[in-house]
Amino acid sequence: MMDFWIILTGTLVAATCGILGCFLVLRKMAMVGDAISHSVLPGIAIAFLIGGSRDSFLMLFGAAVLGLITVFLIQLLQRSGLQSDASIGIVFTALFAIGVILISRNAQHIDLDLDCVLFGEIAYVPWDSLIWNGYNLGPVAIWMLGATFLIVLITIVLFYKQFKICAFDPALAAALGIPVALFHYLLMGLVSLSTVASFESVGAILVVGMLIVPAATAYLLTDRLGLMLLYSVLIGAISSTGGYYIAKLFDASIAGSMITVCGILFVLAFLFSPSHGLVSRWTKRQQMRVGSLKQAAE
Amino acid sequence: MSTLLGWFADPNMQWILMGSLLLGIGSGVIGSFTYLRKQSLLGDALAHAALPGICIAFMLSGVKSIGLFMIGSIVSGMIATFGIYAITRYSRIKQDAALGIILSVFFGIGVMLMTKIQHSGNGNQSGLDKYMFGQAASMMKSDVYMMGAVSLLLILICFIFFKEFKLVSFDPGFARGMGMKVGLLEQVLLFMTVIAVVVGIQAVGVVLVAALLITPAVSARYWTDSLGVMVIIAGVIGAFSGVTGTLISGTLSNLPTGPVTVLAATSMFCVSVVFAPNRGLIAKLWRRARTRQHIRKTQSLETARHRAGTVEGGLDG
Repeated sequence: MMDFWIILTGTLVAATCGILGCFLVLRKMAMVGDAISHSVLPGIAIAFLIGGSRDSFLMLFGAAVLGLITVFLIQLLQRSGLQSDASIGIVFTALFAIGVILISRNAQHIDLDLDCVLFGEIAYVPWDSLIWNGYNLGPVAIWMLGATFLIVLITIVLFYKQFKICAFDPALAAALGIPVALFHYLLMGLVSLSTVASFESVGAILVVGMLIVPAATAYLLTDRLGLMLLYSVLIGAISSTGGYYIAKLFDASIAGSMITVCGILFVLAFLFSPSHGLVSRWTKRQQMRVGSLKQAAE
Repeated sequence: MSTLLGWFADPNMQWILMGSLLLGIGSGVIGSFTYLRKQSLLGDALAHAALPGICIAFMLSGVKSIGLFMIGSIVSGMIATFGIYAITRYSRIKQDAALGIILSVFFGIGVMLMTKIQHSGNGNQSGLDKYMFGQAASMMKSDVYMMGAVSLLLILICFIFFKEFKLVSFDPGFARGMGMKVGLLEQVLLFMTVIAVVVGIQAVGVVLVAALLITPAVSARYWTDSLGVMVIIAGVIGAFSGVTGTLISGTLSNLPTGPVTVLAATSMFCVSVVFAPNRGLIAKLWRRARTRQHIRKTQSLETARHRAGTVEGGLDG
């Protein structure tokens, strides 16, 4: 049962992040995901200071607010003429620094561990069960991640067409009357939400991996957005399952192993993807060369 | 205040201050070039990618030696830059996603190795996690020597090859036309970025080292249009942040050096955004107000003239 809960947690994180990651990768905003996952830290810290406990709801709220502030600040700097990567770098490092200071100044009073925020501890997930009327309803994390996954899934399904057009052609979307800015912030809000929900299980930096790597791998495998979303979720699920057993085998960090498996899958797709892989493109080129030589001979 | 004076009098602290000063200058200078070359977030990716290198260096040697850690992280940093290059060059994936992939996968491998080390029960590993946030005050004198020397070397190289680096950053095509070895110079710049990151991790930690490269350089850009001046200002801001961070975290307990250093740099950035001549917020508002005034004045003159014209025209008619 322990194995099951941990793998399910990993899969839920991977699926939520995988769906959102596809849009981030397509909109060339992968590093914004990285920025958000770091800069929600002060939001979490403030929520801890106010609430005094690991009240998930307050924490989610604080982090989501900070995520939106991050996106807003990045855009503000960008509009004032700064390169986008530089504005991302300035904003997230400053916010993360504030978060670390808040936590280390108050570390005695609140039960919040920096290591936990950074690396997460998925192995403890099954121990923290939701008890309701004396019934054990399973780990809290599962409920929280499940709810986040549903929210993300429902939002994407409802506005699939809008998100799709915004991802591929924002100018066309604006011309069609779609509120591009609204969907931009909606997407970023979802990213912040799932980042925080995933925090306790896989940690800040590995959320970035789940956001970017499965989506990028899926991007190498298909040209259709629907399939890309599906592949991304599948790759995430494979990585969490595989990562868990590898971690068990080597007695190492579960979250770290999950990302490592993700990385291996990416390298495989990079080399052997039937349409975009290095090897297949190379053999295709060789075949074409042979073909043209034959033609020339004839 | 007396504690502050005590710190200044402490020779050990003087060395640490000197080290963070040199480090600040070095990363500010290198950061100016990475900013111009639009590679600001490379520092972030390289810092995370250093972790497996550090872990492998520790696993192989079994000792905590800054020199070995630096070699390990330089090797994994170079592999990471090659990975980013390969992904962007040979697939449809863009640079930002490539950075993210390398960053998180390398870091994931690093975390895996680090937990492996921790679980192996080696009593010597306790300082490894200091790498996450950096703690300048806990550095040994030899570490500071190393940090200072490497930073000094970086500054010197930038000084000697300033003209070449400048040309390569602004106009690689032209530089190639001049007969420069552009590829080699770019490699050198990249290598220097890796080294600046690796040295910076010591003082401010993995997550925040990107700020040392980005924030001083961007702040400096607000004040000037000349690369030479920008590099100097970035160096000064970097040095100021390094020293402030070390001093504050040294005198107050429970404050890690990295975040304080970064916030010092961020506050300099805010000052630059508001007060810089020409590009600053105040200068912009002032200019806008003056233009508006000018337009209003000319407009009212115009209308007056126009009215006068119609009146005269009316008389003539």
